[in-house]
Amino acid sequence: MDVLTHGEKSLLRFLTCGSVDDGKSTLIGRLLFDSKLILEDQLATLTRDSRKHGTTGEDIDLALLVDGLEAEREQGITIDVAYRFFGSPRRSFIVADTPGHEQYTRNMATGASNSDAAVILIDARKGVLTQTRRHSYICSLLGIRHVAVAINKIDLVDYAAATFHHIVGDYFGFAKSLGFASITAIPVSARFGDNVTVRSERLSWFEGPTLLEFLEELDVESDIGDRPFRFPVQWVNRPNLDFRGFSGTVASGSIRSGDPIVVAASGRQSRISRIVTADAELPEARAGDAVTLVLADEVDIARGDVLARPEDRPEVVDQFAAHLLWMAEEPMLPGRSYLMRIGTRFVPARITTLKHKVDVNTMEHLAAKTLALNEIGVCNLATSTPVALDPYAENRETGAFILIDRFTNATAGAGMISFGLRRATNVHRQSLSIDKIARLHRNGHKPVILWFTGLSGSGKSTIANLVEQELHSGGAHTYLLDGDNVRHGLNRDLGFTDADRVENVRRVGEVAKLFTDAGMIVLCSFISPFHAERQMVRELVPAGEFIEVFVDTPLEECIRRDPKGLYARAKAGQIKNFTGIDSPYERPEQPDLRLDTTQLSLAQAAASVIALLQERQILGWGGGGRGDTQTWI
Amino acid sequence: MKSAHLKRLEAESIGIMREVAAEFANPVMLYSIGKDSGVMLHLALKAFYPSKPPFPLLHVDTGWKFRDMIRHRDMIVARYGFKLLAYTNAEGVARGINPIRSGSQLHTQVMKTEALKQALDQYGFDAAFGGARRDEEKSRAKERIFSVRSAGHTWEPRNQRPELWHLYNTRLTKGETVRVFPLSNWTELDVWQYTRAEDIPVVPLYFAAPRPVVMRDGQLIMRDDERMPLLPGEKEQLRTVRFRSLGDYPLSAAVESEAATLDAIIDEMLVSRTSERSGRLIDSDEAASMERKKREGYF
Repeated sequence: MDVLTHGEKSLLRFLTCGSVDDGKSTLIGRLLFDSKLILEDQLATLTRDSRKHGTTGEDIDLALLVDGLEAEREQGITIDVAYRFFGSPRRSFIVADTPGHEQYTRNMATGASNSDAAVILIDARKGVLTQTRRHSYICSLLGIRHVAVAINKIDLVDYAAATFHHIVGDYFGFAKSLGFASITAIPVSARFGDNVTVRSERLSWFEGPTLLEFLEELDVESDIGDRPFRFPVQWVNRPNLDFRGFSGTVASGSIRSGDPIVVAASGRQSRISRIVTADAELPEARAGDAVTLVLADEVDIARGDVLARPEDRPEVVDQFAAHLLWMAEEPMLPGRSYLMRIGTRFVPARITTLKHKVDVNTMEHLAAKTLALNEIGVCNLATSTPVALDPYAENRETGAFILIDRFTNATAGAGMISFGLRRATNVHRQSLSIDKIARLHRNGHKPVILWFTGLSGSGKSTIANLVEQELHSGGAHTYLLDGDNVRHGLNRDLGFTDADRVENVRRVGEVAKLFTDAGMIVLCSFISPFHAERQMVRELVPAGEFIEVFVDTPLEECIRRDPKGLYARAKAGQIKNFTGIDSPYERPEQPDLRLDTTQLSLAQAAASVIALLQERQILGWGGGGRGDTQTWI
Repeated sequence: MKSAHLKRLEAESIGIMREVAAEFANPVMLYSIGKDSGVMLHLALKAFYPSKPPFPLLHVDTGWKFRDMIRHRDMIVARYGFKLLAYTNAEGVARGINPIRSGSQLHTQVMKTEALKQALDQYGFDAAFGGARRDEEKSRAKERIFSVRSAGHTWEPRNQRPELWHLYNTRLTKGETVRVFPLSNWTELDVWQYTRAEDIPVVPLYFAAPRPVVMRDGQLIMRDDERMPLLPGEKEQLRTVRFRSLGDYPLSAAVESEAATLDAIIDEMLVSRTSERSGRLIDSDEAASMERKKREGYF
């Protein structure tokens, strides 16, 4: 092979979908084998493994080439996405080999997210199956525009044209709603190599391309077209006082030196003065280029900002609709705060509405309250601050996001934005003339949320009551929210499932926030068992206005006290989802104050809370017009 | 000239490196002196230009690197002004662990895997770049670009974070660290073609030259110094050989070759029928050998 022509090659990334029964791994093995990328020592390992785990008798089992993990070889299935590399004289290929079973939907979506095209396998003996529909739907959802439908094991139906045409008819019938730009059906036998890389005489009735020809000739460049310029700032490059540049990769479109740009979120404008790379300064940067942009003006820009052209900006919104694929074992809970990553930006976000979930096999819409692992739903989301975004269909780079569980840091969900719900740029908050500072001087103290968390029976409410009495007698404006005054009214519609507990705490947090806006000290006494929700309330208010008080009473002690007889009933199975019995309590890792009620009296516990408020200078702002009362001041 | 294909790989790797600099408090780049490390280092110089790469290099020195490799390392560090941390497992040295008497498995475990973990802990690095590629080996084909290690540096292949688009999840829980592989999507051929296109210096051992070798278990082992004793019947002979992959000297086999330039190496590779790691004696114990080592914390 001529080395120089190799240098001119382009790159195509594609995924293969299908289960082991369809011969997916065998097909990839065949592509590698026929393009001579399987080497002698790998062949020796393969021959050894084929005898041990293989399913092809004395023949080499090509599937074993790609199933890389021990568990996969033992079970004969693909669990994880594996990336394979091969090349023809015309192109280099990166194949994402993805598992086909429904419980691995997330792995397939992962493979599809970085692919330009998909090869969907169908077993010629079985035709279009539920899994074919599922694979096609997920490909379409992840924005794959070109698919090859490889009708495999054609050898087992005697290379019959009629069977092929029948299956193709079925496939086109259902796939036309999926919006693919092109669908190419190809009859193949992965095991014997027919029509994979070489044309087969046994399939002389077929006039289309071989699978390799399809992959070599597919034009994906024109898909990218002339999209609007988007540049998520990744890293501020500041080696010395004389240079300040913004490093990142052009997500779409192009920009030239001298062109005007705008920072999407702030609306500030400037011009590109230089496009810097280590090789040379460039006149122009295009989609995919990793560059450093220097601007003509000093503009406040940080990692996470998106640069665009002033006349063609992304939306900047704090609410949007999206398809969400759930990827964590723990179900998605509407209302819970997750960390969202979009572009180079991390921002807290929550699902405000789950409109419905989608059955991945039938594409039917189903009513749902949560999403479990591998489920897909249509949701509205809200972010804590506005973010720049585009619909996924228009821009994969600026329309995709992931959600991260804030406690485990696992990647919990992957989303594709449908559209922004409200243009934040058109919505201005009412500017209020009486603000928190004005109220602070009137009240003589700062507003704060005192959040008491702990098991049922730990003493939260008793201590909160004592603290409130003490504050009140000192002249502070207080209000106490607890299960009794909230569950019977505002949250009457909520039960004790995880989802309802999240919503309960969210509403309490919002109410408490309004009270702090009014300048008050709000005491909240709730079991609030989950770290994520406590964190969510903390982030609703400015730093320092949320104080987490962990009433740390061991479960055995709470059970012994059992003031309301609830533990006895929970243990008898009469109450479900009881924290500490059959529902978890996540202990605060770093509470602002921990009260060990086995060591402290109730009065001592209350005094510790007051002492913390003094130490944090919540109290003692005096000077209001209230000389007639005894105050803290 | 770089092809469109190499430019795309280069940009992807640069993006990964910038991500680490932006998101982690104390990153480090593992430098193993080989061709992949050479490309990785070169990319780091490009990624942050005109700034210098905001992290040091870490070389886990087993004490058994080829002398040519150490010379090359010191030359590169001096040329580019990198801060180099060379770390050797002193406890392993005290115990007398070496690849000849202790065997390859124990030596690799103590002097590479354990040493690496010790070094990461000692300096408190939260992210470590490695030059591993997915085309090298089957279990590497399934590794994430941002690969989270639990406390103790173990890898749990069945519990990896899904990695979609370029939206890397860089958040770590206390005690976790991350290994980052910017060359994940490169192949051996890409590495050589890029090395040639960018004129990146490599260790002379990659080029064919007459070298003293012995034939042992069907592999050509170079006697880099007197520490490697000859077995009964073995005879040192001078043959024209080169290395496709460099590790510890008694554990890296040479291949007979006349390829003395980058062009010749690339031509040779295009017709080669064995994989580059076939000369790495530590890999061949059993099929899942690499996966096991990786779970324990090997790169």
